[in-house]
Amino acid sequence: MDEMIYLAMTGAKQTEYAQAINSNNLANISTSGFRADLHAFSSQAIEGPGADSRVNAIVDAFGTDFTQGPVANTGRNLDIAVQGKGFFAVQSPGGSEAYTRAGDLRVNSGGLLSNGAGHLILGDGGPVAVPPNTSLTIGADGTVSVQPLGQGPESLVVVDRIKLVNPDIKQLHKGNDGLLYLPEGEVAEADASIQVTAGALEQSNVNVAMTLVNMIELSRQYEMQVNAMKTAKENADSAAQLMRVG
Amino acid sequence: MNQALWIAKTGLDAQQTRMSVVSHNLANVNTTGFKQDRAVFEDLLYQNVRQAGGQSSQDTELPTGMNIGTGVRVVATEKLHTQGSLLQTENALDVAINGRGFFQILTPDGNLGYTRDGTFQRNAEGEMVTASGYRVQPSIIIPDGAQSITIGGDGIVSVQLSGQPIPAQVGTLETVDFINPTGLQPIGENLYLETASSGSPQTGTPGLDGFGKLLQGSLEGSNVNVVSELVSMIETQRAYEMNSKAISTNDQMMQYLNNNL
Repeated sequence: MDEMIYLAMTGAKQTEYAQAINSNNLANISTSGFRADLHAFSSQAIEGPGADSRVNAIVDAFGTDFTQGPVANTGRNLDIAVQGKGFFAVQSPGGSEAYTRAGDLRVNSGGLLSNGAGHLILGDGGPVAVPPNTSLTIGADGTVSVQPLGQGPESLVVVDRIKLVNPDIKQLHKGNDGLLYLPEGEVAEADASIQVTAGALEQSNVNVAMTLVNMIELSRQYEMQVNAMKTAKENADSAAQLMRVG
Repeated sequence: MNQALWIAKTGLDAQQTRMSVVSHNLANVNTTGFKQDRAVFEDLLYQNVRQAGGQSSQDTELPTGMNIGTGVRVVATEKLHTQGSLLQTENALDVAINGRGFFQILTPDGNLGYTRDGTFQRNAEGEMVTASGYRVQPSIIIPDGAQSITIGGDGIVSVQLSGQPIPAQVGTLETVDFINPTGLQPIGENLYLETASSGSPQTGTPGLDGFGKLLQGSLEGSNVNVVSELVSMIETQRAYEMNSKAISTNDQMMQYLNNNL
């Protein structure tokens, strides 16, 4: 059988994958702190005797777009957004340290600070525990201070400091739970220069126009692959016709 | 089948839920003591199609992998317990909490419910009840023939009886607070129930220990910010359209495939 149809099929299948990545970005257009996934095609030659002419196209989800998303003001004291570079350190479901930009915080029943997705926010030494309080303030450097229940505004107590980190983004990869991780066993150092804004939330950084253009481009690319398959089919038909004449 | 179709579908579902939340907020813009809801979005699990760092041959590794996200979901809707605006009503049994705290209400099934809605009334027995007729806890009975009712900032309820020069104290309105008010379960009728996530109620005296002071003759309005809800509605609608666009594009791709092969 002609290899052309298989090459076109691989191209079409990989385009479908790319379209899935693109659709996922679009679906997460309203997810706080979401970082868009990037994709690219690379060529992969099939090695072997007599087959060097064939090169498959393979899609790579080659990383994450770390540009800052728009910051929306919410006025809620537990909503925090990282200014510029940096991440919050959270505890992943597996217990290790992971990083995120989603800062819609809340106090859970155990008195621990977690974000909207339920990941515990890490402080100087483990999860941040918040005592019963009248008011809670998060400072620009991530310091959490509270006015303990039953005490006046003069008795502000510093509880902990949210761990803000700025690891090399080239090292970060997205885990299957959507959190960002450093390579196995590595933990980012707290960085004092990272600043947060309270009362604001960072939105998804998905660029809508770019995503829609990508969608059109991928859909046309898909059609081209299908056309190639069609041509392969026509070639095969013609060949069969010739055989019949003979 | 084409997974992009299903991914876009999760986007539509989530935006639809968000629209319900926005509509609910807008519908409750005049509900006393109502607290605004917010939909919290989370990306779904990623599917690992090709692992980065896998061996591509005996001594080479794949430099990049392929993880495809599977969409989005609304992981929670949370109440934003910020203070609503205080409205003067001059009605003696209207009470607003200025600050933290909830009133305790006995629901018909015998459980305690909690509310910020202080639109109290008297029932046939003279007890203080909510607009739905549920009793305030601890029960406060306003005797027949009370000329005027005074509710202090600390919750002490006193009445002036005819022919008596000194007002008589008939009870105290207690308020309770929770470590995580966001975790309370809203059940309608302006009531909340305690959950494992809200923590247990801590009883206190209004105006002391960080509990909000009571204001007689006032009500707490809804804390819904209409402008932000309308902006949120526009955003939701456009996001919905884009996800639906993704579905139609994928549909066209499949259609093209079917028509041409």
